[in-house]
Amino acid sequence: MDTLVVHVLNALLYASVMFLIAGGLSLIYGVMRIVNLAHGNLYAFGAYVTAWAVGRALGGATEASFWMYALLPVGAIAAAALGAVLEPTLLRPLYRRAEEYQLLITFGLLLILEDLMRLIWGPYPLQASALYEGLGSLTFGESIYPTYNLVVIVIGGVAAAGLWAFVYRTQFGVVLRATSQNMRMAAALGVNVNRVYVQAFTLGCFMAGLGGSVIVPQQGAVLGMGVDALILAFVVVVIGGLGSLEGALIGALLVGFVREAGITFFPEVELAVLYLMAAAVLMIRPAGILGRA
Amino acid sequence: MKSMTGPPRRVLAWSAPALLALIVLPYVVPPYQTVLLTYGLVFAIAALGFNLLLGYTGLLSFGHSAYFGMGAYAVAFTVKYLKLESMEALLLGGILASGAVAALFGLLCVRYTKIFFGILTMALSQVLWSLAFKFFWVTGGSDGLRVPTPTLLGGLVRAGSDKFEFLSHRYYFYVLAIFAICVAVMWVIVHSPFGQALQAIRDNETRAEFVGVQVWHYRWVAFLISGIFTGLAGALWVPLNGLTTPDILHWTFSGKMVFFTVLGGFQTFFGPIIGAVIYNYLETYAVGHTVYWQMVLGIVLVVLVLALPAGIVGTVRRLAVRPAKAA
Repeated sequence: MDTLVVHVLNALLYASVMFLIAGGLSLIYGVMRIVNLAHGNLYAFGAYVTAWAVGRALGGATEASFWMYALLPVGAIAAAALGAVLEPTLLRPLYRRAEEYQLLITFGLLLILEDLMRLIWGPYPLQASALYEGLGSLTFGESIYPTYNLVVIVIGGVAAAGLWAFVYRTQFGVVLRATSQNMRMAAALGVNVNRVYVQAFTLGCFMAGLGGSVIVPQQGAVLGMGVDALILAFVVVVIGGLGSLEGALIGALLVGFVREAGITFFPEVELAVLYLMAAAVLMIRPAGILGRA
Repeated sequence: MKSMTGPPRRVLAWSAPALLALIVLPYVVPPYQTVLLTYGLVFAIAALGFNLLLGYTGLLSFGHSAYFGMGAYAVAFTVKYLKLESMEALLLGGILASGAVAALFGLLCVRYTKIFFGILTMALSQVLWSLAFKFFWVTGGSDGLRVPTPTLLGGLVRAGSDKFEFLSHRYYFYVLAIFAICVAVMWVIVHSPFGQALQAIRDNETRAEFVGVQVWHYRWVAFLISGIFTGLAGALWVPLNGLTTPDILHWTFSGKMVFFTVLGGFQTFFGPIIGAVIYNYLETYAVGHTVYWQMVLGIVLVVLVLALPAGIVGTVRRLAVRPAKAA
């Protein structure tokens, strides 16, 4: 029973981080119809910035003070700022061109960002584990579980609720959804589409960066983490439906539970099963579980 | 519908001297340069296959690493389990394996186009990558599998003691011959009624269907041919590298294939070939000069997409055609 609880919590932990990354990817696709191959690198960027900020705040100390948890959003804000710069400079010239070019430019961006992080932070992993250890762990029955993981799960849940409220309950959300459904009509009705695009892209990057920020105390920041995360995020959005936020949530939960089960019961084919799930959903329902064709 | 190539006689007029130059080259340049060019020619074969889908059928695959990798791993398995060392047998193994995978994956993928096609091909190639990565007792995991130097032409040509000498002369000519055959075969394919039908599908799927082209069937055959060319390239690549690792199955390797095809110009027949050779030099020199070689490549790609979307060959041809029209 206790181990089952631990498994479920682990699955929810994966799901939270995956939702943050994939939700951003899906939001960007839903509004702008762009598949951002560099999205995983924004997640990694958020992780690196947070780890760097925490490292600077700690100085030489090993124990984290409580105020340092306030540094968690720093990575998310940095990723959002990066997104706000990238969209108008690199992506905007390409909206009228074939989507092959959009994929290619984001692939170029992936290569650049990967090395930019190596250039800034060096080839060695960055840690922020003081935050992870600072919270200690909880005990249920025979099992112990790190408290920090629960914090990540809560942040994931709050982010999902906040995003839902943002998209469905605010003026900006209405404009966002209108642009997503019919960009020309929205433009004709006076929506500044360029502004909506840069806002949507920034928001998507913020989510990816937040995913990186919250997970870095637990996992550390390493080169290549973005490329790996991107493919899992693809699996999530393909299962849930490209462009659908609810879909990203369902996809993230599904991927979280399958991954946790995979690591426990079939570690060799864990990743293969996830990719096959995505392929199967694409074949049966190309638009995903909740997507609109 | 515009044909993507010039008249045959003009193409022959400059491709024959080009081939001659490639034959003379090993006697003129240092062996290292020849080996580098061999890599380029191998990638060019992959690019030829890749471009049958992108340039002629209008399908952007982000999973061609699967066929390149299958070709390479089939060679490694043939050596390991069947104890064969003849390159022809290894190539046959590579072609069969990549063809089988392409036939299966193609069946699943060709019903979709655009972004769905791209993601589906990518997801399927990642399945193979994760299997190669995790089943280390079969595939060697991230260490990969070592492959000894094979014999050529049914055992007539052997490697001898100096492996580098073998690669820079005998193996170079071997790859060059196969490359020339591949170019000729692909040329015939794209100029056949079949190739014309593919271009019709690319330009307007609905119309092509109305004039009686069975779209998914044509796409599947194109997918299969494309996969086999790429698999052949993967098989030829193994003796050069001496080792197969899961890297060549990873989707970022597919990204490279897209990169060099667009670098050369995917709207031309010879563009991908030029692009593959140039990309290989570019990557080798970038890797040799800086640890930040990925950034160099990324910047080249971004500039290319923003400034020269027609690629090298496409841009050169446009510049060459414009004065002729003005005259």
